[in-house]
Amino acid sequence: MKVLVPVKRVIDYNVKVRVKADGSGVDLANVKMSMNPFDEIAVEEAIRMKEKGAVEEVIAVSIGVKQAQETLRTALAMGADRAILVVAADDVHQDIEPLAVAKILKAVAEAEGVGMVLCGKQAIDNDMNATGQMLAALLGWSQATFASKIEIEGEEAKVTREVDGGLQTIKVKMPAIVSVDLRLNEPRYASLPNIMKAKKKPLDEKTPADFGVDVTPRLSVVKTTEPEARKAGVMVGSVDELIAKLKDEAGVI
Amino acid sequence: MHFGLSDEQEMIVSTVRDFVEREIYPHEAEVERTGAVPPDLAAGIKRKVIDLGFYACNFPESVGGAGLSHLDFALVERELGRGSMALTHFFGRPQNILMACTGDQIERYLLPAVRGERMDALAMTEPGAGSDVRGMSCSAVREGGDWVLNGTKHFISGADHADFVIVFVATGVDDTPHGPKKRITCFLVDRGTPGFTIRPGYRSVSHRGYANCILDFDGCRLPDAQVLGEVDGGFAVMNEWLYATRITVATMAVGRARRVFDMALAHAAERKQFGQQIGKFQGVGFQIADMVTEIDAADWLTLAAAWRLDQGLPANREIASAKLYASEMLARVTDRALQIFGGMGLMDDLPIERFWRDARVERIWDGTSEIQRHIIARDLLRPLGA
Repeated sequence: MKVLVPVKRVIDYNVKVRVKADGSGVDLANVKMSMNPFDEIAVEEAIRMKEKGAVEEVIAVSIGVKQAQETLRTALAMGADRAILVVAADDVHQDIEPLAVAKILKAVAEAEGVGMVLCGKQAIDNDMNATGQMLAALLGWSQATFASKIEIEGEEAKVTREVDGGLQTIKVKMPAIVSVDLRLNEPRYASLPNIMKAKKKPLDEKTPADFGVDVTPRLSVVKTTEPEARKAGVMVGSVDELIAKLKDEAGVI
Repeated sequence: MHFGLSDEQEMIVSTVRDFVEREIYPHEAEVERTGAVPPDLAAGIKRKVIDLGFYACNFPESVGGAGLSHLDFALVERELGRGSMALTHFFGRPQNILMACTGDQIERYLLPAVRGERMDALAMTEPGAGSDVRGMSCSAVREGGDWVLNGTKHFISGADHADFVIVFVATGVDDTPHGPKKRITCFLVDRGTPGFTIRPGYRSVSHRGYANCILDFDGCRLPDAQVLGEVDGGFAVMNEWLYATRITVATMAVGRARRVFDMALAHAAERKQFGQQIGKFQGVGFQIADMVTEIDAADWLTLAAAWRLDQGLPANREIASAKLYASEMLARVTDRALQIFGGMGLMDDLPIERFWRDARVERIWDGTSEIQRHIIARDLLRPLGA
């Protein structure tokens, strides 16, 4: 079975995000970019499946600006076998919307004949949490979201999901889309030999037109603002005072 | 000219940085407090580095290393410089002088060192011979077909964890027009060899937990097979292999300076006094400007020296400049960072005081600032007959 792992180039999680002066979005010029951490978990899971013999090939795909090539090289250095870059934007500030991404992924998944798509549950830049679900609908495949454990059992996958209030285990028919959550695994460091090998692994470049997909935005950003600054806390003198404040002022107990 | 990193170099840098942040930073405070690295922690770091293929990455692929260029290796060292030396010691980079091994020495020392099975330490300095290496009094004399070593070495970093040491001793004296000149030979000495003891050294203000040791040789008998390089050829192996270690000091200084700088920058942007962020005061803002300018200068000077080595160009003067400037830059940067943090900078609740203390040794070891200046001046003046 081949597994497709979509990876997105996003602002690094350590970077202090700044809103652009005109409010049109977040400033991404000269900012450190990295692989979306949830996608890294998906890459790790796919590689582990390959190491266990459940998967023959791991294909990483990224849709965005040309620089997403670096993100794909990281996936290759971790152990993915090959990569596909779909150059869909020139400007780093242009975000490709989930529906367009899902349509391209559908085309890639069909062209490659993959048996599974493993994706991050969401990208940490816009937190949409939509692409995986849209892709499942477009392909008509089963979906299992927020996975914290995945076991492939023949024509089925047993997936433990992180849901409100606990864990839910479901079985889905293959082929399937599984979106992964934080606790699924801890991604490895790229080994030095794999870093050196990454450049020799194939990286194909495509455009949305190759798949007949129009990536023109359907949504418009009205305004982007900084979150409200956190208000200063209050020091309380005793437990009794704390309980009184929680009861009377905060009204939480 | 091209000043960017390749994709591979970017990945090497980000991998080593992630490793240092995740595997080294969390243990630094404990090492600082106890002055020791717990053995299981050391073994764990070593294991992970071996698994990642980074162990002995400074060695050629032909002997099992990763074959990194001097420049690539400098990038690795730069990231390691961010972390505690006591801990990054186990991100093993054996002395590349081991490439001088011949015959059985390859199986006994070189290959196990590259595989991480045996750790080495380099012993040159003596209580009476610091910058004046040739003034060493440790000696080896011929006796019944063997060599017999006597004398004391000190400030031997990492000898506490070493399975063998690479030691330089005097094996004779030549009369020259400039007066008597000692001949030096390099030996490989296994821990446990009769007549050889390793004992704890001094408590240093810099790099707690990165122990310095004292080595005593008391009638330590060694066969010819333990000579590394030629008899009386100690300076030849030293010159062939050890001059590049100064790049390590320079790159690690740059890495550490960046870590300190990032903390000082964030503090200058957050800390408020007199109703505004202290970075808005020119006195602090200008310090920030000078710090980053000097760090960048040291960074490029160092990478350029490493690049010259890769190109096969003469680099002795450039390496000396990099070592001199980067180590002195680190002293200024850590001092300014401490000033920006004010009183809190001196408290061991923050790592600033540690960086400030650690910086001091960089101007002394691997050739003092004065020795580096001597090398630079000699390199320029000697061809002019001065």
